[in-house]
Amino acid sequence: MRALQFQRNLPRYAAAKVAGGVVPGFGARVGPLRLADVDEPALPGPGWQRIRPRLAGICGSDLSTIDGKSSRYFEPIVSFPFVPGHEIVADADAGRVVVEPVLGCLARGIEPLCSFCAAGLTGNCQNLALGQLEPGLQTGYCCDTGGGWSTAMVAHESQLHAVPDAMSDEAAVMVEPAACAVHAARRPGLDQPATVVVLGAGTVGLCTIAAVRRHLRPGTLIASAKHPEQRTLARELGADTVVEPGEVRRAVRRMSRSPMVGAGVGDGAEVVFDCVGSAASIDDALAIVRPRGQIVLVGMPGRVSVDLTGLWHKEISLVGAYAYGREAASPAAGGRAGERTFDLAFDLVADADLGRLVSAAYALDRYRDAIDHAANAGPRGAVKVVFDLRGEKNR
Amino acid sequence: MSRPGFVLEVDRSTPPILFHHGEGFRLEKLPPGSRVVYPAEPVAPLKDPDGAIRHALLNPVGDSQPLPSLLHAGMKLTIAMDNQAVPLPPMQKPDNRQRVIEIVLDMAAAAGVDDVELIVAHGLHRRQTEPELRHMLGDRIYDAFAPHGMLTQHDAEDHDNLVLVGRTEQGEHVELNKRAVTSDLLIYVNVNLVAMDGGHKSTMTGISSYRSLKHHHNVTGMQHSRSFMDPPNSELHNSTWRMGRLLAGAVKIFQIETTLNTDTFPSQFSFLQKREWEWSARDRASFLATSKSLEHVPPRIARSIFHGIKSPQRMTSVQAGEVEAVHALTLQNLHRQHLVPVEGQADVLTMGLPYLGPYNVNSILNPLLVMCLGLGYFFNLYRGKPLVRKGGVVIMSHPTRWEFHPVHHPSYIDFFEQVLAETTDPIEIEKKFEESFATDPWYIHLYRNSYAYHGVHAFYMWYWGAHALQHVGQVIIVGGEPRAVRRMGFKPASTLRDALEMAEDVVGRNPSITHIHNPPIFLADVT
Repeated sequence: MRALQFQRNLPRYAAAKVAGGVVPGFGARVGPLRLADVDEPALPGPGWQRIRPRLAGICGSDLSTIDGKSSRYFEPIVSFPFVPGHEIVADADAGRVVVEPVLGCLARGIEPLCSFCAAGLTGNCQNLALGQLEPGLQTGYCCDTGGGWSTAMVAHESQLHAVPDAMSDEAAVMVEPAACAVHAARRPGLDQPATVVVLGAGTVGLCTIAAVRRHLRPGTLIASAKHPEQRTLARELGADTVVEPGEVRRAVRRMSRSPMVGAGVGDGAEVVFDCVGSAASIDDALAIVRPRGQIVLVGMPGRVSVDLTGLWHKEISLVGAYAYGREAASPAAGGRAGERTFDLAFDLVADADLGRLVSAAYALDRYRDAIDHAANAGPRGAVKVVFDLRGEKNR
Repeated sequence: MSRPGFVLEVDRSTPPILFHHGEGFRLEKLPPGSRVVYPAEPVAPLKDPDGAIRHALLNPVGDSQPLPSLLHAGMKLTIAMDNQAVPLPPMQKPDNRQRVIEIVLDMAAAAGVDDVELIVAHGLHRRQTEPELRHMLGDRIYDAFAPHGMLTQHDAEDHDNLVLVGRTEQGEHVELNKRAVTSDLLIYVNVNLVAMDGGHKSTMTGISSYRSLKHHHNVTGMQHSRSFMDPPNSELHNSTWRMGRLLAGAVKIFQIETTLNTDTFPSQFSFLQKREWEWSARDRASFLATSKSLEHVPPRIARSIFHGIKSPQRMTSVQAGEVEAVHALTLQNLHRQHLVPVEGQADVLTMGLPYLGPYNVNSILNPLLVMCLGLGYFFNLYRGKPLVRKGGVVIMSHPTRWEFHPVHHPSYIDFFEQVLAETTDPIEIEKKFEESFATDPWYIHLYRNSYAYHGVHAFYMWYWGAHALQHVGQVIIVGGEPRAVRRMGFKPASTLRDALEMAEDVVGRNPSITHIHNPPIFLADVT
């Protein structure tokens, strides 16, 4: 089968880190990612089946890996060589499916389930390096499963969600990022805040805006977006006010009509969703969240240097939002406890027409162009770039 | 006798014309047939300004007694004065206000008046710093009054010290500084830089509140002020006159107005006051040396050089007494210096905007102020009809950097980032955003306690250009930062030639062009 494979190759990884640091996406040209003909992965055990990706998205975490920027935190929960790609719509035995990529206890054949998997919080599974699979936090980071950037891979039945006939492949490939956004918006204790800020308007940011608007019902939703197309989409998806990143502190101050205290807003937003995950965005989040407010890191941060004095002084909660599972109740939006994140994500994609966020599709052999496009999506007026496997010969 | 202003018709022998361009200049070759309106040369100043001031105080005009007879022991006397928005650039010492107030104080002292307070009539402008006040009033006045709290800066948000004098028949609230309106005599001292200034407008803007100001500082008022440099045809003035008359019925006012000549720039910049074909070798050398050196210094340094300029303008008249009688004389004296007859309107009006307007003394001429200076002040320098025809094009030359003074203009930044990002329509802006900015507690805090313009002031800058926005078909800024220019709904152009080509899309080929060679200031009398 044809696949883009990421190998453990330290010199190339170092080269990717240097190149990617200079030109985003350039790690694809010098790093450990290669297009190859490889054997299809074997079925790891009962409940597994072979699926054939139709579309597979390029995610920010993929780009971090390719450009050598991902955190060493992941080392014990990744196995090489792996085929990236965890935003997947594929053909399975029973029809089109979307893959829920977390490789939790069920997929690993571990009994009894860890307490998190038992509670439906598969994103928090504690056995990501155990069981019948090599380590891998998700499909796309595990050498045993393959990933979406290929013509074939394997998936456990617990990972598969049937795609309604009416839903296009483009919409379906957005279900996984939408699920991340829904999971962030459905954190317990965030119901109907007066003011919410979403920092960043890439795929995750835009999906979060849509999810917050529908699941949190905030009084005011302010979004920061760097590029004109992002600003237009942010408004369309539910932001009341959209500003450039450098303007967000003043925008929040004006909305709250509170004083500035140094570079920070005296009484800012109740919740800030940081969908960038950079030192600058976390800094902004700390400056604009109100005392005792909450910052939700939706974007993957990596190693950053941030002054946390404000967090301590303003008694701010800084929490992460990773993956999906089953969600808490959402009284404002009529959400019940225990709903599956992916089910909610399907609804969100359909309701907010998130399929429109897919801006470009590439064949595998144009992977360098695809990654270059994805790494520069904002400036090029794009949001989500995907691989289109539907026309691949070996499929 | 100074030469009057005139209109030059450009021909092939006309040298390139100087355009102000922020903290710099451009020489532009205008197409043959273009017209350039030049200001008059400075009229002769008063030989003995102090003597003229005394004469005016002793021989007031209108229904007013000489000042000494209005002063008596035990009275409460308040002297209000224009702030540093005029003159431009700030004048070399002594400022007219210092001259006048020193003489008024001498007369007050002679009459045994000991309850005297000075108020800088800021309206919604920023407070002045001590050095700025000292420059305006001189050390003697400053040291005698400021340390004792008797030199204050009007605070339009100090509601304990505002009084509602009444409402006009049109329902306009006349709410003013309490000290001023509860005095036995209010003396107002002005520097009448342009025809918009002075008269009842002085008190109605300088010592009033937002509640009062909003009656005349609004989009409808500005769109019906044609122009606001021509008081009889200005809704801004109609309103302030109605309100001023109400005040004059409640408080005894003694108005002292002064005019200046247009000797605007010191000798090292004398080329700015000359017609280009009359430049001497020294003028050309100064121009080249100045332009080249400015090209090589950062904008911040260039700005500090320019803001160091103190104008050699000198007093040309002083009149005192009843407000309206005084102001009628003031306008006569002002017109003697400023009026330039111009026949007919042009398709395209060009202008070079300098580094300075009324609201950025010792500060940055940010993009909103560029708009206000060009489409507000310069566009409105007319009597009769605008210099550019309806649907014509205005081309302004200015760097127009996306840059704001964070202390002086905090609400401007928000206005530029958030309001203009949504709409540039003055009526929509007024309706949707004005009140929230005007009542924002943070802006109010900064206005009262820091050196910030009031939160609503940014809106007034946009309203100041509302008549022009309604009148012209397109606005182009030459040499401006494209992002900032576009944010205001204007078009950026790299060169004047490009701008003229772009203008042809709106007004057709071979348009008629009028360039205003300003400053020094003039007032076009367009027939």
